[in-house]
Amino acid sequence: MKSPTGRFISYFFLVIVSFISVFPFYWMFVLSTRSNADAFKFPPILTPGDQFFINLQTAWERSDFLTATVNTLIITGTVTVSQLFFCSLAAFALSRLTFKGRKFLLLFIIITLTLPNIGQIPLYMIISKLNWINDLRAVIVPALVSAFGVFLIKQYIDASVHPELIESAKVDGARNFQTYYRIVLPIIKPGLATLAIITFMGTWNAFIWESIVLRDESVRTIQLAIRNLQGTYTRETAIVVTGAFIATLPLLAIFIPFSRQFIAGLAEGSVKG
Amino acid sequence: MGKKSKNNFKYGSQARKDALSGYLYVSPFFILFIVFGLFPILFNIYVSLFSWRLFKGEPEFIGFQNYVWLLTDDSAFITSIVNTFSMWFMAILPQLFIALVIAFVLNQAFIKFKDMFKMAIFMPFVTSLVAVTIIFGNLFSRDYGLVNFILGTQGFDWLNDNRWLSHFAVTLMVNWRWIGYNTIIYMAGLQTISKELYEAATIDGATKIQQFFYITIPQLRPIILFTLILSVSGGMQLFVEPFIWANGFNGGADNQILTMFLYMYGTAFGPQYNIGYGAAIGWLMFIIIILFAILNWVVSTKLIKD
Repeated sequence: MKSPTGRFISYFFLVIVSFISVFPFYWMFVLSTRSNADAFKFPPILTPGDQFFINLQTAWERSDFLTATVNTLIITGTVTVSQLFFCSLAAFALSRLTFKGRKFLLLFIIITLTLPNIGQIPLYMIISKLNWINDLRAVIVPALVSAFGVFLIKQYIDASVHPELIESAKVDGARNFQTYYRIVLPIIKPGLATLAIITFMGTWNAFIWESIVLRDESVRTIQLAIRNLQGTYTRETAIVVTGAFIATLPLLAIFIPFSRQFIAGLAEGSVKG
Repeated sequence: MGKKSKNNFKYGSQARKDALSGYLYVSPFFILFIVFGLFPILFNIYVSLFSWRLFKGEPEFIGFQNYVWLLTDDSAFITSIVNTFSMWFMAILPQLFIALVIAFVLNQAFIKFKDMFKMAIFMPFVTSLVAVTIIFGNLFSRDYGLVNFILGTQGFDWLNDNRWLSHFAVTLMVNWRWIGYNTIIYMAGLQTISKELYEAATIDGATKIQQFFYITIPQLRPIILFTLILSVSGGMQLFVEPFIWANGFNGGADNQILTMFLYMYGTAFGPQYNIGYGAAIGWLMFIIIILFAILNWVVSTKLIKD
Protein backbone atom coordinates (compact mmCIF):
# COMPACT_ATOMS: atom_id res chain seq x y z
CA MET A 1 0.00 0.00 0.00
CA LYS A 2 1.85 3.04 -1.27
CA SER A 3 -0.76 5.74 -0.76
CA PRO A 4 -0.47 7.79 2.44
CA THR A 5 -4.23 7.53 2.98
CA GLY A 6 -4.07 3.74 2.94
CA ARG A 7 -1.22 3.78 5.42
CA PHE A 8 -3.03 6.20 7.64
CA ILE A 9 -6.17 4.08 7.62
CA SER A 10 -4.17 0.93 8.42
CA TYR A 11 -2.38 2.51 11.35
CA PHE A 12 -5.55 4.16 12.56
CA PHE A 13 -7.32 0.79 12.51
CA LEU A 14 -4.50 -0.94 14.39
CA VAL A 15 -4.33 1.79 16.99
CA ILE A 16 -8.08 1.59 17.60
CA VAL A 17 -7.97 -2.19 17.91
CA SER A 18 -4.98 -2.05 20.27
CA PHE A 19 -6.69 0.64 22.30
CA ILE A 20 -9.81 -1.51 22.73
CA SER A 21 -7.63 -4.48 23.69
CA VAL A 22 -5.69 -2.59 26.31
CA PHE A 23 -8.34 -0.25 27.64
CA PRO A 24 -10.03 -2.70 30.05
CA PHE A 25 -6.61 -3.19 31.70
CA TYR A 26 -6.27 0.54 32.06
CA TRP A 27 -9.80 0.70 33.41
CA MET A 28 -8.93 -1.99 35.94
CA PHE A 29 -5.97 0.11 37.02
CA VAL A 30 -8.09 3.29 37.28
CA LEU A 31 -10.80 1.67 39.38
CA SER A 32 -8.30 0.03 41.70
CA THR A 33 -6.72 3.41 42.45
CA ARG A 34 -10.04 5.13 43.17
CA SER A 35 -12.33 5.03 46.17
CA ASN A 36 -15.61 3.13 46.13
CA ALA A 37 -17.47 6.43 46.01
CA ASP A 38 -15.53 7.47 42.90
CA ALA A 39 -16.68 4.30 41.15
CA PHE A 40 -20.27 5.50 41.48
CA LYS A 41 -19.88 8.82 39.76
CA PHE A 42 -21.39 9.82 36.50
CA PRO A 43 -19.79 10.71 34.17
CA PRO A 44 -17.17 8.09 35.11
CA ILE A 45 -13.75 9.36 36.18
CA LEU A 46 -11.16 8.34 33.60
CA THR A 47 -7.90 9.07 35.42
CA PRO A 48 -6.16 7.10 38.18
CA GLY A 49 -6.36 8.21 41.80
CA ASP A 50 -4.24 7.50 44.88
CA GLN A 51 -6.29 4.93 46.78
CA PHE A 52 -4.53 1.82 45.52
CA PHE A 53 -2.78 0.81 48.73
CA ILE A 54 -5.83 1.45 50.84
CA ASN A 55 -7.91 -0.70 48.48
CA LEU A 56 -5.23 -3.34 48.47
CA GLN A 57 -5.23 -3.48 52.22
CA THR A 58 -9.00 -3.75 52.41
CA ALA A 59 -9.15 -6.41 49.71
CA TRP A 60 -6.37 -8.30 51.45
CA GLU A 61 -8.24 -8.26 54.75
CA ARG A 62 -11.60 -9.20 53.26
CA SER A 63 -10.39 -12.18 51.35
CA ASP A 64 -7.31 -14.00 52.47
CA PHE A 65 -5.16 -13.24 49.42
CA LEU A 66 -1.95 -14.48 51.00
CA THR A 67 -3.35 -17.99 51.47
CA ALA A 68 -4.96 -17.75 48.06
CA THR A 69 -1.65 -16.81 46.45
CA VAL A 70 0.19 -19.64 48.19
CA ASN A 71 -2.50 -22.13 47.14
CA THR A 72 -2.44 -20.89 43.57
CA LEU A 73 1.34 -21.16 43.43
CA ILE A 74 1.27 -24.71 44.80
CA ILE A 75 -1.34 -25.75 42.25
CA THR A 76 0.17 -24.01 39.22
CA GLY A 77 3.71 -25.10 40.14
CA THR A 78 2.87 -28.76 40.64
CA VAL A 79 0.61 -28.97 37.61
CA THR A 80 3.05 -27.22 35.29
CA VAL A 81 6.07 -29.31 36.30
CA SER A 82 4.12 -32.53 36.17
CA GLN A 83 2.59 -31.73 32.78
CA LEU A 84 6.00 -30.96 31.32
CA PHE A 85 7.40 -34.25 32.52
CA PHE A 86 4.55 -36.69 31.91
CA CYS A 87 3.33 -35.12 28.67
CA SER A 88 6.78 -35.03 27.13
CA LEU A 89 7.51 -38.57 28.28
CA ALA A 90 4.30 -39.88 26.73
CA ALA A 91 4.87 -37.76 23.64
CA PHE A 92 8.37 -39.20 23.23
CA ALA A 93 7.01 -42.72 23.40
CA LEU A 94 4.19 -41.99 20.97
CA SER A 95 6.45 -40.20 18.56
CA ARG A 96 9.70 -42.15 18.57
CA LEU A 97 9.24 -45.60 20.12
CA THR A 98 7.64 -48.49 18.29
CA PHE A 99 5.14 -50.55 20.20
CA LYS A 100 1.86 -52.27 19.61
CA GLY A 101 -1.22 -50.11 19.98
CA ARG A 102 0.67 -46.85 19.52
CA LYS A 103 -1.52 -45.67 16.65
CA PHE A 104 -4.64 -46.54 18.58
CA LEU A 105 -3.47 -44.59 21.63
CA LEU A 106 -2.71 -41.63 19.44
CA LEU A 107 -6.15 -41.72 17.84
CA PHE A 108 -7.62 -41.99 21.31
CA ILE A 109 -5.83 -38.80 22.36
CA ILE A 110 -6.99 -36.92 19.29
CA ILE A 111 -10.59 -37.98 19.83
CA THR A 112 -10.56 -36.94 23.46
CA LEU A 113 -9.19 -33.56 22.45
CA THR A 114 -12.35 -32.87 20.50
CA LEU A 115 -14.88 -34.21 23.01
CA PRO A 116 -16.78 -31.75 25.17
CA ASN A 117 -15.90 -31.99 28.83
CA ILE A 118 -19.05 -33.04 30.66
CA GLY A 119 -17.66 -35.48 33.23
CA GLN A 120 -17.63 -33.10 36.17
CA ILE A 121 -20.45 -34.77 38.10
CA PRO A 122 -18.87 -38.24 38.34
CA LEU A 123 -15.50 -36.58 38.83
CA TYR A 124 -16.95 -34.80 41.81
CA MET A 125 -18.16 -38.15 43.16
CA ILE A 126 -14.69 -39.66 42.74
CA ILE A 127 -13.04 -36.70 44.44
CA SER A 128 -15.62 -36.92 47.17
CA LYS A 129 -14.90 -40.65 47.68
CA LEU A 130 -11.20 -39.87 47.92
CA ASN A 131 -12.00 -37.28 50.58
CA TRP A 132 -10.41 -34.56 48.49
CA ILE A 133 -13.21 -31.99 48.61
CA ASN A 134 -11.64 -28.83 50.01
CA ASP A 135 -8.22 -30.31 49.36
CA LEU A 136 -5.83 -28.94 46.73
CA ARG A 137 -5.39 -32.47 45.37
CA ALA A 138 -8.92 -32.19 43.93
CA VAL A 139 -7.64 -29.78 41.32
CA ILE A 140 -4.03 -30.92 41.08
CA VAL A 141 -4.33 -34.64 40.46
CA PRO A 142 -6.80 -34.59 37.53
CA ALA A 143 -4.63 -31.92 35.88
CA LEU A 144 -1.26 -33.68 36.20
CA VAL A 145 -1.40 -34.68 32.54
CA SER A 146 -3.44 -33.51 29.58
CA ALA A 147 -4.25 -34.83 26.13
CA PHE A 148 -3.53 -31.35 24.82
CA GLY A 149 -0.02 -31.35 26.30
CA VAL A 150 0.83 -34.79 24.95
CA PHE A 151 -0.43 -33.84 21.52
CA LEU A 152 1.38 -30.50 21.43
CA ILE A 153 4.73 -32.00 22.42
CA LYS A 154 4.26 -34.96 20.12
CA GLN A 155 3.81 -32.60 17.19
CA TYR A 156 6.94 -30.82 18.30
CA ILE A 157 9.01 -34.00 18.53
CA ASP A 158 7.72 -35.22 15.15
CA ALA A 159 8.90 -31.99 13.58
CA SER A 160 12.18 -31.36 15.34
CA VAL A 161 13.73 -34.60 16.63
CA HIS A 162 15.13 -36.57 13.74
CA PRO A 163 14.63 -40.36 14.04
CA GLU A 164 18.29 -40.93 13.11
CA LEU A 165 19.35 -39.05 16.19
CA ILE A 166 17.42 -41.50 18.33
CA GLU A 167 18.89 -44.42 16.39
CA SER A 168 22.45 -43.30 16.83
CA ALA A 169 21.87 -42.85 20.55
CA LYS A 170 20.62 -46.42 20.69
CA VAL A 171 23.60 -47.68 18.77
CA ASP A 172 25.77 -45.93 21.34
CA GLY A 173 24.00 -48.00 23.96
CA ALA A 174 21.80 -45.32 25.50
CA ARG A 175 18.74 -46.59 27.29
CA ASN A 176 15.41 -45.14 26.23
CA PHE A 177 15.12 -42.92 29.26
CA GLN A 178 18.62 -41.54 28.69
CA THR A 179 17.71 -40.83 25.09
CA TYR A 180 14.62 -38.98 26.24
CA TYR A 181 16.43 -37.09 28.93
CA ARG A 182 19.74 -36.26 27.24
CA ILE A 183 18.75 -35.94 23.61
CA VAL A 184 15.05 -35.25 23.19
CA LEU A 185 14.45 -32.84 26.07
CA PRO A 186 17.15 -30.34 25.10
CA ILE A 187 15.89 -30.21 21.51
CA ILE A 188 12.26 -29.64 22.41
CA LYS A 189 12.91 -26.87 24.94
CA PRO A 190 10.95 -24.26 22.94
CA GLY A 191 7.97 -26.60 22.76
CA LEU A 192 8.20 -27.23 26.49
CA ALA A 193 8.33 -23.49 27.10
CA THR A 194 5.11 -23.07 25.14
CA LEU A 195 3.40 -25.85 27.06
CA ALA A 196 4.69 -24.41 30.34
CA ILE A 197 3.25 -20.97 29.64
CA ILE A 198 -0.08 -22.32 28.42
CA THR A 199 -0.40 -24.63 31.41
CA PHE A 200 0.67 -21.98 33.86
CA MET A 201 -1.80 -19.47 32.45
CA GLY A 202 -4.63 -21.96 32.22
CA THR A 203 -4.10 -23.21 35.76
CA TRP A 204 -3.66 -19.75 37.21
CA ASN A 205 -6.94 -18.67 35.60
CA ALA A 206 -8.87 -21.88 36.16
CA PHE A 207 -12.09 -21.22 37.93
CA ILE A 208 -15.07 -23.46 37.16
CA TRP A 209 -14.02 -26.78 38.66
CA GLU A 210 -12.17 -24.99 41.45
CA SER A 211 -15.32 -23.13 42.48
CA ILE A 212 -17.03 -26.48 43.05
CA VAL A 213 -14.40 -28.48 44.92
CA LEU A 214 -12.54 -25.73 46.78
CA ARG A 215 -15.23 -24.01 48.81
CA ASP A 216 -13.40 -23.56 52.07
CA GLU A 217 -11.52 -20.30 52.58
CA SER A 218 -8.32 -22.15 53.48
CA VAL A 219 -8.07 -23.75 50.03
CA ARG A 220 -9.21 -20.82 47.91
CA THR A 221 -7.22 -19.87 44.83
CA ILE A 222 -6.76 -16.29 43.67
CA GLN A 223 -9.61 -16.56 41.19
CA LEU A 224 -11.90 -17.86 43.91
CA ALA A 225 -10.79 -15.09 46.23
CA ILE A 226 -11.75 -12.38 43.75
CA ARG A 227 -14.99 -14.17 42.95
CA ASN A 228 -15.68 -14.23 46.67
CA LEU A 229 -15.08 -10.47 46.90
CA GLN A 230 -17.32 -9.88 43.89
CA GLY A 231 -20.12 -12.07 45.19
CA THR A 232 -20.03 -10.72 48.73
CA TYR A 233 -19.15 -7.04 48.38
CA THR A 234 -21.16 -6.21 45.28
CA ARG A 235 -21.28 -2.49 45.92
CA GLU A 236 -17.60 -2.06 46.70
CA THR A 237 -16.37 -1.86 43.15
CA ALA A 238 -12.94 -0.45 43.92
CA ILE A 239 -12.11 -3.27 46.32
CA VAL A 240 -13.36 -5.99 43.98
CA VAL A 241 -11.47 -4.57 41.02
CA THR A 242 -8.32 -4.25 43.11
CA GLY A 243 -8.62 -7.98 43.70
CA ALA A 244 -8.99 -8.57 39.98
CA PHE A 245 -6.00 -6.34 39.36
CA ILE A 246 -3.73 -8.29 41.74
CA ALA A 247 -4.85 -11.53 40.11
CA THR A 248 -3.93 -10.18 36.69
CA LEU A 249 -0.59 -8.49 37.43
CA PRO A 250 1.53 -11.66 37.72
CA LEU A 251 0.20 -12.88 34.38
CA LEU A 252 1.05 -9.63 32.67
CA ALA A 253 4.45 -9.62 34.36
CA ILE A 254 5.16 -12.98 32.76
CA PHE A 255 3.46 -12.30 29.45
CA ILE A 256 4.85 -8.89 28.52
CA PRO A 257 8.58 -9.74 28.55
CA PHE A 258 8.05 -13.10 26.83
CA SER A 259 5.20 -12.10 24.55
CA ARG A 260 7.16 -12.64 21.34
CA GLN A 261 8.21 -16.19 22.14
CA PHE A 262 4.85 -16.98 23.62
CA ILE A 263 2.86 -15.73 20.63
CA ALA A 264 5.20 -17.46 18.21
CA GLY A 265 5.06 -20.74 20.16
CA LEU A 266 1.31 -20.73 20.40
CA ALA A 267 0.82 -19.90 16.74
CA GLU A 268 3.22 -22.61 15.69
CA GLY A 269 1.56 -25.17 17.94
CA SER A 270 -1.90 -24.44 16.60
CA VAL A 271 -0.97 -24.32 12.95
CA LYS A 272 0.87 -27.60 13.21
CA GLY A 273 -1.98 -29.11 15.16
CA MET B 1 10.54 -46.67 9.02
CA GLY B 2 14.27 -47.31 8.70
CA LYS B 3 14.24 -47.97 12.39
CA LYS B 4 13.84 -51.74 12.37
CA SER B 5 16.46 -52.51 9.75
CA LYS B 6 19.01 -50.30 11.45
CA ASN B 7 19.22 -51.97 14.79
CA ASN B 8 18.57 -55.54 13.75
CA PHE B 9 21.94 -56.50 15.22
CA LYS B 10 20.01 -56.76 18.47
CA TYR B 11 16.56 -56.34 17.05
CA GLY B 12 14.66 -58.64 19.35
CA SER B 13 15.81 -57.20 22.60
CA GLN B 14 15.71 -53.59 21.44
CA ALA B 15 12.15 -53.96 20.15
CA ARG B 16 11.09 -55.43 23.46
CA LYS B 17 12.81 -52.68 25.38
CA ASP B 18 11.14 -50.08 23.19
CA ALA B 19 7.75 -51.65 23.76
CA LEU B 20 8.31 -51.84 27.50
CA SER B 21 9.51 -48.25 27.76
CA GLY B 22 6.71 -47.18 25.45
CA TYR B 23 3.98 -48.59 27.66
CA LEU B 24 5.72 -47.38 30.76
CA TYR B 25 6.04 -43.81 29.46
CA VAL B 26 2.47 -43.47 28.27
CA SER B 27 0.97 -45.17 31.33
CA PRO B 28 0.89 -42.16 33.71
CA PHE B 29 -1.04 -40.24 31.11
CA PHE B 30 -3.47 -43.03 30.33
CA ILE B 31 -4.07 -44.12 33.90
CA LEU B 32 -4.80 -40.60 35.10
CA PHE B 33 -6.78 -39.87 32.01
CA ILE B 34 -8.95 -42.95 32.29
CA VAL B 35 -9.65 -42.43 35.98
CA PHE B 36 -10.28 -38.68 35.92
CA GLY B 37 -11.27 -38.07 32.31
CA LEU B 38 -12.82 -40.96 30.44
CA PHE B 39 -14.49 -42.87 33.24
CA PRO B 40 -16.41 -39.81 34.50
CA ILE B 41 -17.82 -39.11 31.04
CA LEU B 42 -19.08 -42.66 30.73
CA PHE B 43 -20.26 -42.95 34.32
CA ASN B 44 -22.34 -39.83 33.67
CA ILE B 45 -24.79 -42.01 31.72
CA TYR B 46 -25.31 -44.23 34.74
CA VAL B 47 -25.85 -41.29 37.09
CA SER B 48 -28.34 -39.75 34.66
CA LEU B 49 -30.69 -42.72 35.06
CA PHE B 50 -31.33 -41.95 38.71
CA SER B 51 -33.21 -39.49 40.79
CA TRP B 52 -30.13 -38.68 42.77
CA ARG B 53 -29.36 -35.88 45.16
CA LEU B 54 -25.98 -35.82 46.81
CA PHE B 55 -26.05 -35.80 50.60
CA LYS B 56 -29.84 -36.36 50.53
CA GLY B 57 -31.12 -39.90 50.75
CA GLU B 58 -30.58 -42.84 48.44
CA PRO B 59 -30.52 -42.63 44.65
CA GLU B 60 -33.60 -44.06 42.96
CA PHE B 61 -33.48 -45.66 39.52
CA ILE B 62 -35.90 -43.91 37.16
CA GLY B 63 -34.64 -44.93 33.71
CA PHE B 64 -34.82 -42.19 31.12
CA GLN B 65 -37.24 -40.07 33.10
CA ASN B 66 -34.70 -37.26 33.59
CA TYR B 67 -34.34 -36.99 29.82
CA VAL B 68 -38.10 -36.98 29.34
CA TRP B 69 -38.46 -34.15 31.83
CA LEU B 70 -35.66 -32.20 30.25
CA LEU B 71 -37.07 -32.45 26.76
CA THR B 72 -40.76 -32.03 27.50
CA ASP B 73 -41.13 -30.11 30.71
CA ASP B 74 -38.16 -27.86 31.36
CA SER B 75 -38.30 -24.40 29.86
CA ALA B 76 -35.03 -23.39 31.56
CA PHE B 77 -33.18 -26.11 29.67
CA ILE B 78 -34.64 -24.99 26.34
CA THR B 79 -33.79 -21.39 27.24
CA SER B 80 -30.22 -22.42 28.01
CA ILE B 81 -29.88 -24.09 24.60
CA VAL B 82 -31.31 -21.08 22.76
CA ASN B 83 -29.06 -18.72 24.71
CA THR B 84 -25.93 -20.77 24.10
CA PHE B 85 -26.55 -20.89 20.35
CA SER B 86 -27.63 -17.27 20.19
CA MET B 87 -24.38 -16.15 21.82
CA TRP B 88 -22.28 -18.44 19.66
CA PHE B 89 -23.85 -17.12 16.45
CA MET B 90 -23.57 -13.51 17.52
CA ALA B 91 -19.94 -13.95 18.46
CA ILE B 92 -18.48 -16.12 15.77
CA LEU B 93 -18.68 -14.17 12.52
CA PRO B 94 -17.45 -10.83 13.89
CA GLN B 95 -14.78 -12.66 15.87
CA LEU B 96 -13.27 -14.46 12.90
CA PHE B 97 -13.80 -11.64 10.41
CA ILE B 98 -12.25 -8.93 12.57
CA ALA B 99 -9.34 -11.24 13.37
CA LEU B 100 -8.79 -11.84 9.66
CA VAL B 101 -8.79 -8.12 8.91
CA ILE B 102 -6.37 -7.37 11.74
CA ALA B 103 -4.06 -10.19 10.62
CA PHE B 104 -4.18 -8.93 7.03
CA VAL B 105 -3.37 -5.35 8.00
CA LEU B 106 -0.65 -6.39 10.46
CA ASN B 107 0.93 -8.52 7.78
CA GLN B 108 1.45 -5.57 5.40
CA ALA B 109 5.15 -4.99 4.86
CA PHE B 110 5.06 -1.26 5.63
CA ILE B 111 3.59 -1.66 9.14
CA LYS B 112 6.07 -0.83 11.87
CA PHE B 113 5.92 -1.78 15.58
CA LYS B 114 4.36 -5.12 14.63
CA ASP B 115 5.42 -6.81 17.86
CA MET B 116 3.92 -4.01 19.91
CA PHE B 117 0.58 -4.23 18.14
CA LYS B 118 0.58 -8.00 18.40
CA MET B 119 1.30 -7.86 22.10
CA ALA B 120 -1.50 -5.36 22.72
CA ILE B 121 -4.02 -7.34 20.70
CA PHE B 122 -3.06 -10.62 22.31
CA MET B 123 -3.02 -9.32 25.87
CA PRO B 124 -6.73 -10.01 26.56
CA PHE B 125 -6.12 -13.71 26.00
CA VAL B 126 -3.71 -13.85 28.91
CA THR B 127 -6.08 -12.44 31.49
CA SER B 128 -8.32 -14.36 33.82
CA LEU B 129 -11.96 -14.60 32.78
CA VAL B 130 -13.10 -13.75 36.26
CA ALA B 131 -11.16 -10.48 36.24
CA VAL B 132 -12.27 -9.65 32.71
CA THR B 133 -15.91 -10.21 33.49
CA ILE B 134 -15.74 -8.08 36.60
CA ILE B 135 -14.33 -5.22 34.54
CA PHE B 136 -16.86 -5.62 31.73
CA GLY B 137 -19.65 -5.83 34.26
CA ASN B 138 -18.50 -2.46 35.51
CA LEU B 139 -18.23 -1.00 32.00
CA PHE B 140 -21.79 -2.17 31.26
CA SER B 141 -23.30 -1.12 34.57
CA ARG B 142 -26.65 0.63 34.43
CA ASP B 143 -26.15 3.92 36.20
CA TYR B 144 -22.42 4.52 36.24
CA GLY B 145 -21.09 2.49 33.34
CA LEU B 146 -18.74 3.91 30.76
CA VAL B 147 -20.61 2.20 27.92
CA ASN B 148 -23.85 3.94 28.78
CA PHE B 149 -21.93 7.18 29.18
CA ILE B 150 -20.43 6.92 25.70
CA LEU B 151 -23.71 5.86 24.09
CA GLY B 152 -25.72 8.39 26.06
CA THR B 153 -27.98 5.64 27.38
CA GLN B 154 -27.61 6.06 31.12
CA GLY B 155 -30.17 3.92 32.93
CA PHE B 156 -30.18 1.16 30.35
CA ASP B 157 -29.60 -2.14 32.07
CA TRP B 158 -27.53 -4.29 29.71
CA LEU B 159 -28.00 -7.36 31.83
CA ASN B 160 -31.73 -7.15 32.45
CA ASP B 161 -33.53 -4.90 30.00
CA ASN B 162 -33.21 -6.85 26.77
CA ARG B 163 -32.35 -10.50 26.37
CA TRP B 164 -30.63 -10.17 22.99
CA LEU B 165 -28.63 -7.15 24.04
CA SER B 166 -27.49 -9.03 27.14
CA HIS B 167 -26.29 -11.76 24.77
CA PHE B 168 -24.58 -9.14 22.69
CA ALA B 169 -22.75 -7.82 25.74
CA VAL B 170 -21.56 -11.33 26.60
CA THR B 171 -20.30 -11.80 23.05
CA LEU B 172 -18.32 -8.58 23.37
CA MET B 173 -16.55 -10.05 26.40
CA VAL B 174 -15.93 -13.30 24.53
CA ASN B 175 -14.69 -11.59 21.38
CA TRP B 176 -12.53 -9.13 23.24
CA ARG B 177 -10.67 -12.15 24.54
CA TRP B 178 -10.59 -14.35 21.43
CA ILE B 179 -10.01 -11.93 18.55
CA GLY B 180 -6.34 -11.58 19.47
CA TYR B 181 -5.87 -15.33 19.64
CA ASN B 182 -7.43 -15.85 16.22
CA THR B 183 -5.39 -12.99 14.80
CA ILE B 184 -2.19 -14.70 15.87
CA ILE B 185 -3.30 -17.99 14.32
CA TYR B 186 -4.21 -16.27 11.06
CA MET B 187 -0.93 -14.39 10.97
CA ALA B 188 0.92 -17.66 11.20
CA GLY B 189 -1.17 -18.86 8.27
CA LEU B 190 -0.47 -15.72 6.27
CA GLN B 191 3.25 -16.50 6.39
CA THR B 192 2.57 -19.50 4.21
CA ILE B 193 0.90 -17.54 1.39
CA SER B 194 3.42 -16.74 -1.29
CA LYS B 195 4.17 -13.06 -1.76
CA GLU B 196 4.11 -13.53 -5.52
CA LEU B 197 0.35 -14.00 -5.42
CA TYR B 198 -0.04 -10.53 -3.95
CA GLU B 199 2.59 -9.04 -6.23
CA ALA B 200 0.84 -10.46 -9.30
CA ALA B 201 -2.47 -9.12 -8.05
CA THR B 202 -0.97 -5.67 -7.45
CA ILE B 203 0.45 -5.61 -10.98
CA ASP B 204 -3.00 -6.53 -12.29
CA GLY B 205 -4.35 -3.52 -10.44
CA ALA B 206 -6.19 -5.29 -7.62
CA THR B 207 -6.87 -3.12 -4.59
CA LYS B 208 -5.93 -4.25 -1.10
CA ILE B 209 -9.57 -4.94 -0.34
CA GLN B 210 -9.87 -7.14 -3.42
CA GLN B 211 -6.68 -8.93 -2.41
CA PHE B 212 -8.13 -9.56 1.03
CA PHE B 213 -11.28 -11.17 -0.34
CA TYR B 214 -9.81 -12.96 -3.36
CA ILE B 215 -6.42 -14.08 -2.08
CA THR B 216 -6.20 -13.97 1.70
CA ILE B 217 -9.53 -15.53 2.63
CA PRO B 218 -9.39 -18.35 0.05
CA GLN B 219 -5.76 -19.15 0.90
CA LEU B 220 -6.47 -19.30 4.61
CA ARG B 221 -9.41 -21.72 4.24
CA PRO B 222 -7.94 -24.61 6.23
CA ILE B 223 -6.96 -22.34 9.11
CA ILE B 224 -10.31 -20.56 9.11
CA LEU B 225 -11.89 -23.98 9.29
CA PHE B 226 -9.63 -24.91 12.20
CA THR B 227 -10.60 -21.79 14.18
CA LEU B 228 -14.27 -22.30 13.36
CA ILE B 229 -14.17 -25.87 14.66
CA LEU B 230 -12.26 -24.77 17.74
CA SER B 231 -14.86 -22.10 18.47
CA VAL B 232 -17.67 -24.66 18.73
CA SER B 233 -16.34 -26.53 21.73
CA GLY B 234 -15.37 -23.27 23.45
CA GLY B 235 -18.60 -21.45 22.65
CA MET B 236 -20.87 -24.31 23.61
CA GLN B 237 -19.18 -24.55 27.01
CA LEU B 238 -19.54 -20.87 27.87
CA PHE B 239 -19.68 -20.53 31.62
CA VAL B 240 -17.58 -17.94 33.42
CA GLU B 241 -18.87 -14.78 31.73
CA PRO B 242 -22.56 -15.40 32.45
CA PHE B 243 -21.77 -16.84 35.88
CA ILE B 244 -19.78 -13.83 37.05
CA TRP B 245 -21.78 -11.14 35.28
CA ALA B 246 -25.18 -12.33 36.49
CA ASN B 247 -23.63 -13.36 39.81
CA GLY B 248 -24.72 -16.99 40.06
CA PHE B 249 -26.00 -20.11 38.37
CA ASN B 250 -29.29 -18.56 37.18
CA GLY B 251 -27.88 -16.56 34.32
CA GLY B 252 -29.91 -13.52 35.37
CA ALA B 253 -33.40 -13.05 36.78
CA ASP B 254 -35.10 -14.42 33.64
CA ASN B 255 -32.36 -16.92 32.78
CA GLN B 256 -31.57 -14.53 29.96
CA ILE B 257 -27.88 -15.46 29.80
CA LEU B 258 -28.21 -18.98 31.21
CA THR B 259 -26.05 -21.36 29.15
CA MET B 260 -26.22 -25.16 28.96
CA PHE B 261 -23.02 -25.59 30.92
CA LEU B 262 -24.14 -23.14 33.58
CA TYR B 263 -27.45 -24.98 33.89
CA MET B 264 -25.70 -28.31 34.33
CA TYR B 265 -23.43 -26.91 37.04
CA GLY B 266 -26.24 -25.08 38.80
CA THR B 267 -28.38 -28.20 38.86
CA ALA B 268 -25.65 -30.54 40.06
CA PHE B 269 -23.67 -28.28 42.36
CA GLY B 270 -26.20 -25.66 43.37
CA PRO B 271 -28.06 -25.95 46.68
CA GLN B 272 -30.08 -28.96 45.41
CA TYR B 273 -27.07 -31.09 44.40
CA ASN B 274 -29.37 -32.76 41.90
CA ILE B 275 -26.65 -34.80 40.22
CA GLY B 276 -28.97 -37.25 38.45
CA TYR B 277 -30.73 -34.50 36.58
CA GLY B 278 -27.46 -32.63 36.06
CA ALA B 279 -25.87 -35.72 34.51
CA ALA B 280 -28.78 -35.96 32.07
CA ILE B 281 -28.22 -32.31 31.12
CA GLY B 282 -24.56 -33.18 30.63
CA TRP B 283 -25.36 -36.02 28.25
CA LEU B 284 -27.86 -34.07 26.21
CA MET B 285 -25.28 -31.30 26.03
CA PHE B 286 -22.70 -33.79 24.88
CA ILE B 287 -24.98 -34.99 22.09
CA ILE B 288 -25.97 -31.47 21.06
CA ILE B 289 -22.35 -30.34 20.93
CA ILE B 290 -21.20 -33.36 18.93
CA LEU B 291 -24.08 -33.03 16.45
CA PHE B 292 -23.48 -29.31 16.11
CA ALA B 293 -19.75 -29.82 15.70
CA ILE B 294 -20.39 -32.29 12.88
CA LEU B 295 -22.97 -30.02 11.25
CA ASN B 296 -20.65 -27.07 11.59
CA TRP B 297 -17.83 -29.06 10.07
CA VAL B 298 -19.90 -30.21 7.11
CA VAL B 299 -21.43 -26.80 6.44
CA SER B 300 -18.24 -24.82 6.83
CA THR B 301 -16.21 -27.24 4.74
CA LYS B 302 -18.82 -26.82 2.00
CA LEU B 303 -19.05 -23.06 2.35
CA ILE B 304 -15.32 -22.62 2.48
CA LYS B 305 -14.75 -24.87 -0.53
CA ASP B 306 -17.23 -22.99 -2.76
